[in-house]
Amino acid sequence: MSIKLEHLNYVYSQGTAYEKKALKDICLEIPHGEFVGIIGHTGSGKSTLIQHLNGLIRATSGELFYNGENIYQDGYNMRGLRNEVGLVFQYPEHQLFEIDVMTDVCFGPKNQGLSAKECEERALEALHLVGLKEKYYKVSPFELSGGQKRRVAIAGVLAMRPKVLVLDEPTAGLDPKGRDDILDQIAYLHKESDLTVILVSHSMEDIARYADRLIVMNKGTVMYNDEPKKVFEHYQELEQVGLAAPQVTYIMHDLAGKGLPVRTDVTTVSEAADEIIRALA
Amino acid sequence: MIRDITIGQYYPAKSAVHRLDPRVKLVSTLLYLISLFLFRSISGYLVATLFLVTVIRISRVPFSFIVRGLKPVIMLLMITVLFNLFLTRSGEVLFHAWIFTITEGGLVTAVYMAIRLIYLIIGSSLMTFTTTPNELTDGIEALLHPLNKIRVPVHEVAMMMSIALRFIPILLEETDKIMKAQIARGADLESGNMIQRAKSMIPILVPLFVSAFRRANDLAMAMEARCYRGGEGRTKMKPLHYKHGDYTAYVIVIVYVAAVVVIGRYVPLHVWIF
Ligand SMILES: Nc1ncnc2c1ncn2[C@@H]1O[C@H](COP(=O)(O)OP(=O)(O)OP(=O)(O)O)[C@@H](O)[C@H]1O
Ligand SMILES: [Mg+2]
Repeated sequence: MSIKLEHLNYVYSQGTAYEKKALKDICLEIPHGEFVGIIGHTGSGKSTLIQHLNGLIRATSGELFYNGENIYQDGYNMRGLRNEVGLVFQYPEHQLFEIDVMTDVCFGPKNQGLSAKECEERALEALHLVGLKEKYYKVSPFELSGGQKRRVAIAGVLAMRPKVLVLDEPTAGLDPKGRDDILDQIAYLHKESDLTVILVSHSMEDIARYADRLIVMNKGTVMYNDEPKKVFEHYQELEQVGLAAPQVTYIMHDLAGKGLPVRTDVTTVSEAADEIIRALA
Repeated sequence: MIRDITIGQYYPAKSAVHRLDPRVKLVSTLLYLISLFLFRSISGYLVATLFLVTVIRISRVPFSFIVRGLKPVIMLLMITVLFNLFLTRSGEVLFHAWIFTITEGGLVTAVYMAIRLIYLIIGSSLMTFTTTPNELTDGIEALLHPLNKIRVPVHEVAMMMSIALRFIPILLEETDKIMKAQIARGADLESGNMIQRAKSMIPILVPLFVSAFRRANDLAMAMEARCYRGGEGRTKMKPLHYKHGDYTAYVIVIVYVAAVVVIGRYVPLHVWIF
C-alpha cells in the first residue's frame, strides 16, 4: 500500500510560448499510513505535484504507481483511485455550489453511489470533524465566512472517507485556533483510522508538529526528503531558497551559540521548553 | 484542455510586427481582410499568400501555433465549403448523383472560399498574436475617438472590452480549477445522456458564476477606490505615438493592396486547380 512516483516530469502548455517545466524528474515513495509534509516557496510545484496523486493531471513523462499498479496503464480505474485519494484544493471554498451546506457535503458520497441515508451520516460525521456549528448545516454555503466555507469544503472531501488525504494549504487564512482545530482533527484521523496524510503548508511550525516526514520542493525538484528534524538542520540552505526552519530552531541555535548546552535539533515549542529546562537544571 | 484554444491569444516575441503601433495593425488587418475580396484570380491569391507568409515570418510566431488556431473553426469551414460546392451552379457539370451536382464554377468558388476564410482567420489572429489585449483596446479607442462627437461612449466601450479580454484567461483558469475540484469529489462529466450531462455541469457553472460575480464586484470596488470616473479628462500612461516604422508599415500595406487589385484584376493567370 503506497504511492510511488518514478522520474515524473510535468510541463505546462507544452509546445507553446508559455511552456513551463513545473516538475523535474520527481522520484518519491509515500508508504501507507504516513503523515507527510510538503513545503516549498510559491511556484515550486507543490500544487502541481499533488494533482498527480489522484490522476487529475497526467505526467508528461514518468510513472505513478498506486498500490503497485501503474495508474497510467490502459483501463486503469481512475474513479476508484479518486475515491481512495481525496484531494482538498488550495482555496477549496470556491468549489461549493449546492443550496445548503449539508447537500454540498453529500455531493462526494453521492457520487460514490451511496444511499441518501449513508450520505447524510457521512456528511454529519465529516461536518462534526471539521468543527462546523450545527446551526449552519442548513444554511447556503455562500452565506458563510471564508473560514466556515473552508471547513465545509474539507468536510466535503472527508465525507468520501478517503484512504489517502491530500491537503493543499488547508489552513491558509484561518485564525490560529481554527487552524489548530482542523489540523488536530486530521492528525486524530491519521492515528485512529490509519489515514495517509499529505499536507502542503507554508508553516514550518505545523509541519514540525504533525509530519513524520518532510519533502522540500525547490523549482520543481525534490530538494530534501527526510524527517523534519533532519531537514531543519539545513536551515541555512533552506533560507537560501526562500524558506526557513521553525522559529524555535533559531532560538535553540542562538542559545547554543551563547553557551547554553541545549540540543539544536528540536522543532516544536513544547520540545524546546523541555530541552531548555533540562539544560538549565 | 481548454487552454489549447489559441485564437485571440497573445504570443510574446520580439519582432518588428510586435513593435508596431496597434492602430497600424488594426487598420492593416482591416485592409488585408478587405483586399481578400477584391480579386478573383490565381495571381491575386499568389500576392495575398506572399504578403501573409512574409508578415508571419517577420512576426516570429511559429507556423504550428497559427495552424493550431484554425482547429476550432474547421467545422465552420467545412460547412461553408460544402454549401458552395453543391449550391453554386455555373459552368460545366463535373459530377452528378441523385440531388448532388458539382459544377466547375461551384468547385472553383468552394476552393476560393476556403482559402479566403483561412486567410481571413490567419490574418486576424496574427493581429491578436502580436498585440497585447491592452494595446489592442488602446488602438481601438484611439481609432474610434472621432465617434465621441456623435455621443458614442468610446472610452467606456474600450474599457469594457479590455476588461472582458482580461477576464477570458482568468475564467478559463477558474473553470479548469473548479472542474478538477469536482472531479476530485467524484463528479462524472463525461458519461450519460444529454440531460444527465447538462445536469453534471451545474457543479461547475454555479461556482464559476459566483466567482465571476465576485471578481466583477471586487474589480468595480477597486476601480472606485482609485477614483475611476470614466473617460473624461483621463490621460494615458503610455499614449500612442506613431514612429517611423509605423509610417513605413502603412505604405507597405497600401502598396500591397494596390498590387493585389492590379495584379489580381489585370494579370489573369488561368492555371485552374484541376
Ligand atoms: N495552469 C497553469 N498553466 C501554466 N503554468 C502553471 C499553471 N499552474 C501552475 N503553473 C506554473 O507551474 C509552477 C508551479 O506551480 P504550482 O501551482 O505547482 O506552485 P505551488 O508550489 O503550489 O505554489 P503556491 O505555494 O503559490 O501554491 C509555477 O511556476 C506556475 O507558474
Ligand atoms: Mg499551490
